[in-house]
Order: sequence, then structure tokens, then C-alpha cells
Amino acid sequence: MIATIAFYLFATLTIAPAIAVIFARNPVHSVLWLIVAFFNAAGLMLLVGAEFIAMLLVIVYVGAVAVLFLFVVMMLDIDFATLRTGFTRNLPFGIIIALVLLFEIVIAVGAWEAGPAISGRHVAEGAQPNIVALGQLLYSRYLFPFEIAGLILLVAMVGAIVLTHRQRRDRRPQRASKQIRRRPQDAVKLTQPGVGEGVKL
Amino acid sequence: MISLAHYLTVAAILFTIGVLGIFLNRRNVILMLMAIELILLAVNINLVAFSAYLGDLTGQVFAMFVLTVAAAEAAIGLAILVIFFRRRGSIAVDDVNRMHG
Repeated sequence: MIATIAFYLFATLTIAPAIAVIFARNPVHSVLWLIVAFFNAAGLMLLVGAEFIAMLLVIVYVGAVAVLFLFVVMMLDIDFATLRTGFTRNLPFGIIIALVLLFEIVIAVGAWEAGPAISGRHVAEGAQPNIVALGQLLYSRYLFPFEIAGLILLVAMVGAIVLTHRQRRDRRPQRASKQIRRRPQDAVKLTQPGVGEGVKL
Repeated sequence: MISLAHYLTVAAILFTIGVLGIFLNRRNVILMLMAIELILLAVNINLVAFSAYLGDLTGQVFAMFVLTVAAAEAAIGLAILVIFFRRRGSIAVDDVNRMHG
């Protein structure tokens, strides 16, 4: 009973902020609504017993990705008024397309559910906690995709740094290779200036 | 009693909201990226719901990988957006063609 209430609460609080993300005027509000949607989606996942994925959603999606969005939105001085032109013009057509897509998805699920019975069967709590079972699976059967996922993150990190890195032109760093390559005969020159003459550099 | 169909419905609605967001905000790249995150969230809910109702943990493993790739893609997308904005001064992307050629 309370699970039903919790489900409808989480579901409503996921879908309503998702709509607000798109229709908000202020982009900072959009990101904040997105964070609300993520939190409640994590709650939905908690209800089926996937607590590791739920916490991952909170830590990674909210803690990293949404904060990144917030940084970028606040850092770039964007004129959002001009970007909203065409929004209300496209809105009716957009809603029609969205409804058609939703209808198609519902039809697909309905046609699939007419087959072998899946609905209503809620698997019981396993003997192991969710995270233990996930760890066992991840490090044995899915080890290769796991390592590849790590590589993907590394590539993304390197790519983001390479893309946005800027060199400062007013800075004179040490160049160690140039310093090491210096030879004594280039560094010091002995001259014999006459009396009263200067030295030409 | 909450069945699988409830979760699939929620995920389907989130997916269509994400698609609607991309459709309506074609000039605003940040909102498009956020709509893509909504789509990926819908897919994750689907995967986790199926994993729970079929008793197979593979769905959650795959949801974790989807999460990883989504985070990487958000980072790269925002990096591209930042340098695009540095060059252009705005993020109107309806006729972006500077990256080809």
C-alpha cells in the first residue's frame, strides 16, 4: 500500500519536473528541475531494490553531471531570449509528435505484453544485497565492458581537457629541455675589450 | 500493486518529454543536452525495471554502463559548447557548420 503511494509520488515528481525542465524560462531553473527529476528517479529505482543504481544516479548524475551543467550555464553569458524564438511556434506540432511517439511506445509495450506473462511478478529479495551481487557479476562476467567503461571515461576526460585548454600568452615558463641543451661554449664568451670601450652584447 | 507496466509507462512518458524537449529547443544546446539526459534517464528506468521484474542483474549492469557513457557524453558535449561559445559568442546552433570541412 505504501509502496503504491511511494511509486505514484516518485513517478509524479519525476515527470512534472521533466516537463518543467523544457518549459522553464531561466536555464538555471531548468537544471534545478532536472536535479529534482533525477532524485525522484533514484527513488523509483530504490522501490524495485536497485539501490546501487539509485545511489549511482544521485552521486554521478546529480553530483557530477547536473553540477557540470550548472557550471556551464552560469559561466556562459548567454542571451536566452533570442534562443527561445520559434518555441511557441513549434509547440503544437511538437506536442503532436510527442503524443504520437508516446502512443507508439504504449502500443509496442501492449503488443509485447500479450505474450508470456511478465507483469505482476515482482522478484523476491535475493539472499545477497544488491551491491554484492552486482559486484560479483561486474568483476567476473562483465569485466571487459567494465574496463572499457573506464577507458571511455579516460578518453572523455582527456578530450574535454584538450578541447578547452587555453595557453596563456603572457607567461614565460621554464623550458627544461632548452636549459639542458645549453652548452658551455654558447653560454659564456670571453672577450678582451680595450680600455674605455664597452662590450657589445 | 505496481507492475512492470507502471515503470514502463513512466519511462515512456519521460522519453517523450525528452524528445519533445529536443524538438522544441533546437536553438539552445544546453536545453538539448538536458533533454538528452532525460532520455537517458528514461532508458535507465526501463533497464532497472526489467532487471528487477525478470530477476536478472544484467539490466542493472547495463544501466551502469549507460550512466557512464552518459556522463562522458555530457562532459564532451559541454566542452564543445564552451569552445563554440568562446568563438561565436552565442550558442544558437541552427546553422552550425564550422566543424566540418
